[in-house]
Parts: sequence; structure tokens; C-alpha cells
Amino acid sequence: MANLKELIKKQEVLSPGHRLCAGCGASIAVRQILAASDDPVVVASATGCLEVATTIYPFTSWRSPFIHNAFENAAATISGVETMYQSLKKQGKIDKEIKFIAFGGDGGTYDIGLQSLSGALERGHDFVYVCYDNEAYMNTGIQRSSATPRGVWTTTTPVGEVIPGKTQYRKDLTGIIAAHNIPYAAQASIWRWNDLIDKAHKAFYTKGPAFLNVLSPCHRGWRFPLEDTIKISKLAVQTNFWPLYEVENGKWKINYKPRERLPITEWMKPQGRYKHLLTPENESIVKEIQQDIDDNWERLLALSGEK
Amino acid sequence: MSVKTVAITGNEAASYAFKQINPDVVAAYPITPQTELVQNFSEFVADGVVNTDLITVESEHSAMSACVGAAAAGGRVMTATSANGLALMFEILFIAASSKLPIVMPVVNRALSGPINIHCDHSDTMAARDAGWIQIYSENAQEAYDNIIQAVRIAEDMKVRLPVMVMFDGFIISHGIERVDLLDDVVVRNFIGEYQPNYPLLDVEKPLTFGPLDLHDYYFEHKRQQAEDIKNSKPIILEVAKEFKEISNREYGLFESYHLEDAETAIVVLSSAAGTAKAVVDELRDKGKKVGLLKPRVFRPFPYMEIAQALSHLKAIAILDRSVSFGGFGGPLFTEFRSAMVEFGKIPENINIIFGLGGRDINEQDIRGVYEQLDEIVKSGKVKERVQYLGVRE
Repeated sequence: MANLKELIKKQEVLSPGHRLCAGCGASIAVRQILAASDDPVVVASATGCLEVATTIYPFTSWRSPFIHNAFENAAATISGVETMYQSLKKQGKIDKEIKFIAFGGDGGTYDIGLQSLSGALERGHDFVYVCYDNEAYMNTGIQRSSATPRGVWTTTTPVGEVIPGKTQYRKDLTGIIAAHNIPYAAQASIWRWNDLIDKAHKAFYTKGPAFLNVLSPCHRGWRFPLEDTIKISKLAVQTNFWPLYEVENGKWKINYKPRERLPITEWMKPQGRYKHLLTPENESIVKEIQQDIDDNWERLLALSGEK
Repeated sequence: MSVKTVAITGNEAASYAFKQINPDVVAAYPITPQTELVQNFSEFVADGVVNTDLITVESEHSAMSACVGAAAAGGRVMTATSANGLALMFEILFIAASSKLPIVMPVVNRALSGPINIHCDHSDTMAARDAGWIQIYSENAQEAYDNIIQAVRIAEDMKVRLPVMVMFDGFIISHGIERVDLLDDVVVRNFIGEYQPNYPLLDVEKPLTFGPLDLHDYYFEHKRQQAEDIKNSKPIILEVAKEFKEISNREYGLFESYHLEDAETAIVVLSSAAGTAKAVVDELRDKGKKVGLLKPRVFRPFPYMEIAQALSHLKAIAILDRSVSFGGFGGPLFTEFRSAMVEFGKIPENINIIFGLGGRDINEQDIRGVYEQLDEIVKSGKVKERVQYLGVRE
């Protein structure tokens, strides 16, 4: 279990003064995750909010070595860095223990970077990949991705006269990653910070590839007051919209079970992107979304051997 | 000077250069006609005769992405590709160059799709000519081998630190067996030297940010520096060639002149077709014709003054392009050459001949025809058609 008193003594890798929005879920996720490594880290990032807001030349917010290559290739890039490290270590040219981590948003991970990530996972590089999932292309201005949940308003799934927001369900990325049979894959939330830090520690100290999918609320895209980031993160977990679980060496485990599962409308109500769904004419869509959430939870229980 | 003379394919010669260079990391993806190069090298890795860690990526995009990561980390990095593979790398080629990463990449020239075709032309590397890489073209397997070894020195020179592409023609050279003189392993190792890291990402004591967001307030200055850097590689390319002569007895420059000094007409052509053209020059010279040839070697940086000067005394030249610049005035070599001659101020009469697309053969008869046409131009003082296509059914 992460010890807060110890953690705050560490120097943070991501320094203050970066230009991410106040209340941005991604920066909170990054800070919690990087607190979990006891060794120096080399960070890679896909193009996206995190990258553009932390590395505006001639400034950088990174106290660790950092590399940004392009949008779709954070995993391939870190795999090259890690391989050079292994090669130089083997040749006796480097002896330090270093950890390797790549961050990508949902656009850079679920969509354009999926092939690069899949390849790096299959090759078995010793690295951690983190998807900070804010459920749309927020850096370009709230366009839908394959992580965008059903029913949601985005600028490319506008609420029109005929089509009420995104018509498709999101992709089950964590499941897809788990199907690569890597040693460690998990879903986490910045609200359960100790669970996230524990998972990040496990990910760093698991030999081989490890993956974390972290829900990272974006008040600009989700339309909620910026001080409510953690409150919204909590609702995602308590409605089973974003279950916390891990897959360790093929074994599925649910890490948190809400005492009483809240209805999905509790998750939707505080977010402007769902506003149009909470009307009598769209009631059936909400019902279908609730059914999908409940089905997924049942499936998760079964995978975890709890049913 | 101990050498081993062997009969091998261009791909085998290239993979042998890889073995002797012994890079720290190679990230590559198979594509015809490059496949055999990486396949052969994989055997060296499997047999433990090299220290290289081979990353067998899932695409060329990831090959170049992993090369960028590995080179930034701080070690010697190589890859190889062809055609569509190079096209898939396109985005990352620019990032590798602007990050000043000394990656060496043989490109086995092949026609770009579509339609899909696996045979030789230069549409792939000509499309990548403005990516910021040094481009060196090779006529045969020997030159491919020699150029790859020299490319390591050029790329890693502290005054250059840029990626280098070394080209040779798909199938014609990659799969044709030729006589090649191989240098000793130790000679090659001493020639290329130990890799000197420059701002390595793996230095956790001095953390650096690679690939920052560079907006209107700095981007232009960085691009200006990049333009200067590649221009300044020219003397280094020549220095490396000079040193290479000492270990190989083989001479390299920015381009090769063949019976050019006293020629009245000449052909300019890249790579394997220059070999065919040389045979025709020999034959015509025997008949007393004053013909010559200029074979460009370094296309980026483009040695425009040297080339224009070498051509300035001619009466007429034909610039042969193995690729098309669609909608342009002529092929990429042609427009560069015309522009260089304008700068020099002496402009021999000139034509552009586009040939050999998708592996269409060019034979001695074709080249004889080009010299005959140049003769007519000299006699009449008239060019009937500036840009022509040779060997195509129309």
C-alpha cells in the first residue's frame, strides 16, 4: 500500500508550471504513477495534451529524460530506447537500473497507436505503457475516438436532429491488451490513488510489458466544473462505468466493488456531454447503456472467478 | 591491405557490411527486395557473431520509430527498407533528421505503389529527398558495401550527426551476383571507430527532453540550422571518402565522371543504369565519338556547383531520371541539374529522359539512341522534345 507521507518527500518527475488545464485528470495520473518508481525513469509520450503542454520549447516540465516522437508510435519509440538500454547493458557500457514508461491518450492508444503498442507488447520489451483515457481527442478539440462512450456528445458526434451523439459503444482496450497475455494489465482511477500507485509499482517492477488504463476526466470535453475531477472519477467507479481490475499473469481480479452500484444516470448527470440523453425521448438509449454496463460487470465477475 | 574477393548479391554485400559495422540496435521489417538483407543479418544475430539487438517490428513505421528511440538513447542504429516501406516511414524520416540522429539505412530502390510493383525505380527515395537525410546512390554491390561503411562515419561525424540513406537498385543489384572485395573485419572496425554518444537520452543524471513542441518563435531557426548542417556534410563526405581510399584503394567523390573531361555530349544517370551506360561510352569511344558520363553519387546534399562545373564544357547532355515528378517540369534529377547549371552560368543544351519505371529494362541500344539524339541536337542546335519517356509503349 502506498504511503502518502513517504511519497510526498520524493521529488516529482513532472514539475509544476506545465500548461495542462487546472483540474486536468491526466497530470494527476502521471504524477501518481511516476511516484511509484524507486528508480530513475525514461519517459516517452505520444503527441497529445500531455506532450504539448509539458514541452513547449525552450521549456520542459520533465525532470527525467523525455522523448516525444510522433502521435502513433510512443510504444515503438520506447521499445527502441529500451532495446538500446539492454544492448548497452549487455555490452557493459551502462550499469544503472532504469525504468521505461510511455504515455498516450486514448486517441494515441485505442486508435492510431494500437498497432505500435500491440507490436511492442508482443515483442516483450520491459516497459510500462499508460493510456490516460479522457475518452476523446481533447488536444484537437473534443473529437470522438474509439474510447468515447456511447451516447456522448463530441464535436464529431454532435447532437443533431437525427443522430443523438455517438452511436457506438467504446472499444474494450484493457481486454484487448490482456489478450496479448502480457504479465500485467490493469484499469485504474485517480480517485483510488493508492490502488493506482500500487498498480503502477507492480507495473514498473514486473519484468516485461505492463499496461495501465487510467480514466482521466477532462472538464473541457466532458463539461463539468474543473474542481470536480476527482468527484467524477469516483462516480465512474461507483457506477461500474470504469471498474477497477487487474490481470496478472492471466489471472483476473476485481480490485474494488461498489457497496451499492449507482445507476449510470448518476455518472451522466454532472456532465454536459450527456445532457441530451437525460430527456424522455432518449430514455431507451440510457437503458441500453445501463444494460451494457451491467453485462460488462457480470462478465468481469465471471472472468475473475466470482460467478 | 587484406581483402577477400567473393561472388555475392548486393543484399549479401550489404548484410556483410552490417555484420562488420556491428550496430548496437537494428529495427527492421521485411519488404521485397530488401528482405534478404535483413534475413542474412538475422543469421549473424542468431549465431552471436554480432552484439546487435534486433527488433523485429510489426511495420516500417515502427522500424523507424524504434530507430529514433534507440538512436536517441545513445548508440549505433541501422535499418533497411524499400519502396512502400520507406513511404510508411515517411513521417518519421523527418523526425529522425531534425533530431540529428545518425541512423544509417540502405534503401533497396523499388517502384512505389500503385499499381503495386516490386521492381526497381527511384520513385521511393526521390519522394524522400527533402526529408533531411543524406542520400548516397550506389551503382553496384561493391559500391553498396563501400557506401554503407562510409555512411556510418559520415552520419556519426560530430560536425554532421545526420541520418544517411544508401541506395542500390532493387533486383538488378540486390539479387544479382557480382564480384565484391570485402575488407577485413578489423579494418572496418578501426575505420568506423567506437560510437560517440551525443546527448544520450539514457543519461539520467543529465535529463534532456527530445522532440519538444517548437512553435513559430523557434521552429524556423531550427530548420535554418538543419539546412546548414546538411550543407556542411559535403566536406566530411569527401574526407571520409579519402580515408576510405586508404583502406580499400577505391575512390569515391560527390559524383563519378567517366570520359567526361574531353567529351562533347554526356549522359547523367544514377545507379545501375550508369554501368550499362559506361559500356556504351566505351563502345562509342572506340569509334572515336567524344561521349562521356556523369554518375551522381551524393544527391543530398546536392553538389550543384561541382556538378554544373563538370558539365559546363559539354555541347549537349541528357539527364536520365528513373522516377517521375508528377506535374513537374521534368524528373527530380533534371530540375536540380538545370537549376545548378543556371547558377553556374553555362548551360549546355539538355534533355530529360524518364526511363525504367517499375523495373522496365534499359539496354545498350536504348542508351546508344540517347547519344545519337544528343549528336543531332548538337548538329541542328534544336531540341525537339525537352522531356521524353524512353522504352514505354505510347
